[in-house]
Amino acid sequence: MREVILVGLNHRTAPLEIREKVSFHEGDLDRYLKALQDLPSVVEGLILSTCNRVEVYAATRDSERGVDEIKSFLAHQHHLPLSEFEDTLYIFQGEEVVRHIFRVASSLDSMVVGEPQILGQLKSAYRVAHATRATGTLLNRLLHRTFSVAKRVRTETRIGNRAVSVSFVAVELAKKIFGHLEGRDVLIIGAGEMCELAAQHLRRGGTNRVLVTNRTWERAMELAERFHGEAIPFTEFTNSLLRVDIVISSTGSPDYILRKEDISKIIKERRNRPLFFIDIAVPRDIDPQVNSIDNVYLYDIDDLQEVAEANIKDRQQEAQRAEEIVATEVTKFCRWYQSLDVVPTIVSLREKLEEIRKKELERTLSSLPRLSEKERKALDALTAAIVKKILHGPVTLLKETSQDSEGDLYVDVVKKLFRLDEE
Amino acid sequence: MNVFFFKITLAFYLGGTVAYLIYILFSYKRAAWVGKFLLGFGFISHCLVLTFRYIEAGHPPVVNLHESLSFFAWAIVGAFLLLHHRYRVDVVGTFASSLATLLVIWAAALPKDVIPLPPSLQSYWLPIHATFAFAGNAIFALAFCAGVVYLIQERLVKSKRVGNLSQRLPSLGILDEINYRSLTIGFPLLTVGIVTGAVWAQYAWGSYWSWDPKETWSLITWLLYAALLHQRLAVGWRGKKAAIMSIVGFGAVLFTFLGVNLLLKGLHSYAEWFR
Repeated sequence: MREVILVGLNHRTAPLEIREKVSFHEGDLDRYLKALQDLPSVVEGLILSTCNRVEVYAATRDSERGVDEIKSFLAHQHHLPLSEFEDTLYIFQGEEVVRHIFRVASSLDSMVVGEPQILGQLKSAYRVAHATRATGTLLNRLLHRTFSVAKRVRTETRIGNRAVSVSFVAVELAKKIFGHLEGRDVLIIGAGEMCELAAQHLRRGGTNRVLVTNRTWERAMELAERFHGEAIPFTEFTNSLLRVDIVISSTGSPDYILRKEDISKIIKERRNRPLFFIDIAVPRDIDPQVNSIDNVYLYDIDDLQEVAEANIKDRQQEAQRAEEIVATEVTKFCRWYQSLDVVPTIVSLREKLEEIRKKELERTLSSLPRLSEKERKALDALTAAIVKKILHGPVTLLKETSQDSEGDLYVDVVKKLFRLDEE
Repeated sequence: MNVFFFKITLAFYLGGTVAYLIYILFSYKRAAWVGKFLLGFGFISHCLVLTFRYIEAGHPPVVNLHESLSFFAWAIVGAFLLLHHRYRVDVVGTFASSLATLLVIWAAALPKDVIPLPPSLQSYWLPIHATFAFAGNAIFALAFCAGVVYLIQERLVKSKRVGNLSQRLPSLGILDEINYRSLTIGFPLLTVGIVTGAVWAQYAWGSYWSWDPKETWSLITWLLYAALLHQRLAVGWRGKKAAIMSIVGFGAVLFTFLGVNLLLKGLHSYAEWFR
């Protein structure tokens, strides 16, 4: 029976220099997959290569030999001596592989737990492997199961729900306030990395125009160009508060540049259309009292940081729940996998048919009480021969294919055809 | 038949409410989905209840308190299902289904006898007047639910506690939009309800308006919503103030519907109350 193995390394076991060297170029994946399948012990293969991990999954005829072959495959393909990265490799077999791939897809093994990219990367790795026919029954089944486990984790836990970086928290808040960001305009006061990051995320979230103001006009122009926005003279930015919905402020001013009175007046002129201020300047740019005005929301850098930290804590809790889901799914998958063993299937197939034969024979015999002992024996032999003949084909096929990539498929089909699981 | 379906309806509404409560308390997403389905089935069964009752009584089932409560609950659930079709606001469902369930439980505790309608009230104005009035009230009930959720969410966002609870509540923008939409739909319905009531009164009692407590309180309710609509359109009220107003307005709706009959006497008191 084939066993699934995994040879890989990730951001925890290997430094970047090694990950770079061992990673597979996406465009050449099909070639690598072919080479992987050419290894004598490997029946099915899958290569997952991202900036944080390189993992080779395989279904093998012999797992020990398979591991060695894959190790030298990695060294050979990247023209590296194996000794250079052998210590950074982790090797899993059977149930451990199932657990690992479920955890990877559910983003429990990621650098930032809960980040969603890894699932997409795994899906595209599988797409390539499937297209080049590198995967067979075992890996296909495993990967499909993996995707549904990842989906279950997504829907049943909040693992990926919450922003964990300050700039994403700002976007999340904007959505919480406005509902959607389409058509909302943003004003950036001052400059700074955080400011730009938040503006970029907002833009990706769907905001409309970006206005930029800065004490130095050139800087404002420069930023406006980068965001395809509009530069506004610093002396006039209060007027533009009538036009925008979200304000990101980060100037070096020692005093508040916006006071409660200013905003009260503006909000009245805006006919109470909500305004969201994100003040990431230290010292702060906006009077904290502004938050007490109806329809005005103000978050400073500490507020954002606090939300981000709370979200991280929440994710860790959710990761616990996700691990539980993964654990039950691993048990389920392994039970299915073990059921694919050929020998018990043949035994239960024989038992089932024998049972049917006995029952039917008894019924017939009891309705024919005048048969002689010899005739009874003949009937018994006849039915036994029929069953044997019927069984001959399927049993030979099961035995023959038990080492092929399709063996499990036949076992599965036979079990379904004869309803061997329903007892 | 009628009683049987009434029990089924109650069971579905109760189930739906429990599911929605599980959703909001334990943030279990599937519960909201289950809740919506249970409410949907409850609504279908409720439609059957009303139909059977109509056939049995020979007049629209909005005459005694049992019938009115049941009809109001039906209208609220119907309005919520429509709203849910447009906005994905499961949390409003928690409040709407609780409200409807409470009304149905109350209705269940009341005598269910069919009361013969006095000849003076037998008119096709009855279904028209009742339908418009209840439709308006049901929509205001949704505005009330959205208002309550708005106030909770606003508090959370202002005080910077945007944790799990806030995550499950709809955004302030959507909630305010629901408030506005309900107002623009509910207000005309209420207006038509009052006008048709007046016309009917003219036929039945010979006078359009007789300052009976029910009429007075409907007018007060109407004025409250008119004020809110005016403030929204003319002054740009929105958000918290509008939410509070829609909660106050719904208080007036409830008082007009129930309080007047329970506490004050007048032409509208539909026979015996608690028996």
